[in-house]
Amino acid sequence: MALKTELCDLLEIEKPIIQGGMAWVATGELAAAVSSAGGLGIIGAGNAPADVIEKEIEKVRELTDKPFGLNIMLLSPFADDIIELAIEKKVPVITTGAGNPGKHVKRFQEVGSKVIPVIPSVALARRMERLDVDAVIVEGTEAGGHIGELATMALVPQVADAVDIPVIAAGGVADGRGLAAVLALGAKGAQIGTRFVCSEECTASDAFKKAIIGARDRDAVVTGRSTGHPVRNLKNKLTKEIERLEKEGASPEKIEEVGSGRLRDAVIDGDIQEGSVMAGQISGMISEIKNVKEIIDEIVLEAENTIKNSCDLLE
Amino acid sequence: MDNILERVIDIVAEELAVDRDEVTEDSSFIEDLGADSLDVVELVMAFEEEFDVEIPDEDAENIRTVEDAVSYLEDIL
Repeated sequence: MALKTELCDLLEIEKPIIQGGMAWVATGELAAAVSSAGGLGIIGAGNAPADVIEKEIEKVRELTDKPFGLNIMLLSPFADDIIELAIEKKVPVITTGAGNPGKHVKRFQEVGSKVIPVIPSVALARRMERLDVDAVIVEGTEAGGHIGELATMALVPQVADAVDIPVIAAGGVADGRGLAAVLALGAKGAQIGTRFVCSEECTASDAFKKAIIGARDRDAVVTGRSTGHPVRNLKNKLTKEIERLEKEGASPEKIEEVGSGRLRDAVIDGDIQEGSVMAGQISGMISEIKNVKEIIDEIVLEAENTIKNSCDLLE
Repeated sequence: MDNILERVIDIVAEELAVDRDEVTEDSSFIEDLGADSLDVVELVMAFEEEFDVEIPDEDAENIRTVEDAVSYLEDIL
C-alpha cells in the first residue's frame, strides 16, 4: 500500500510532497531533483528578473520531463514580467505568495497551469476558492522566511473545514511523522522547505546548509514583527541587530532597510552571521545533508509506517 | 441609507474589536482602527454576509474606509 492522495492526481505527481519555492534557494536544480523523485519541485522567483527565471525554467525542462512549479512573489518589482513568462512557458503549476493572484488566475488556467496560492487565513482561503484556484497552500508560523501568525496545527484543520479544494500544509514538516500529521489534520499533502535546503542538489552555500544542520529547536527566531512583515530566520548577528533596533523603536523603514538583501548574503555568499538564514522551526531536527530522492523516499516511508502503526492505538 | 451606515459601523466595530463610538464615516480600517490586511479581508467577507452580496477583489481593494464601504454597498444594493 503506497501513500497517495487526490493532490497526486491533481498535480500528476507520485508523492504528496511539494517543495517550497524559497527565494535564492529554490533553483532549477533543486526543483528538477524533487520532481524527478516523484514530488513537485518549485522554482522560487523571489525578487529575480524574468530572464534569470527563464533560465531556471529551461534548466528544469532539460533535467526532467515531470511536472514542476514556479512560485511568484507578488510583491516583487518583476512580478508582472514573471507572470507573463509563466504564461508564455506554460509552467505546469503556479504558486503565489505575498498577495492575491486574483485577476491572473484565469489566465494561468487558460494555458493549462494549476494555480495554488499560499494563504495564512480562513477568510483568504474562502476567497481563493471562489476564484476557482486548484488548491491552497496553508502556511503556519513554523515556516521559515515571511510568516503569518497562526500555527500549522491550528490553521490546517480550520481551512480544511472551510473549503472543498485540496489543502496543502506548510510550516513545520520535515519528516514522515509531520506528513502523516498534516494528512490527519485534513491536508492532502505537505509543502516542505527547510528539509530540502539540506540536500545535495540544493545550490545554496555549504555554510547556509551547515547553519541549519547546526541549529537547535529554539534557534529559528522571528524578527521584524514591528514592521508588519515578520521573518523567521536563525539567530545570529543580524537577528540580534534587528532585535535591538526594534527594542529602540526604530521605524519599520529602517528595519526593512537593515534586512534588505541579507537573504542573498546568506544563501549565496554563505555569510551566516550578517546574512538572513531563513529557515523553519523544524531546523533543529535536520541533522544530515542527503540527496533529494533519499529525503523524499524516507519521508514517504516513515509517513506510511506512522499511519499503519497508528492502528495499534485502537484496542 | 443611514441604515447601511449603521450596519457597516456595527460590523466594523465587532470585527475589529473597537468601541462603536470610535468608528466614524471617515475611519480608515488600517490607519485609524488598527486593522491589518488580513483583517480587511475578513471585514469584506462580513459585509458580504450581512448584505448578501459578493464583492470581487477588484472592488474590495478600494474599500479602505467606512465611507468607501457604505458608498460601494449603496451602489450595488
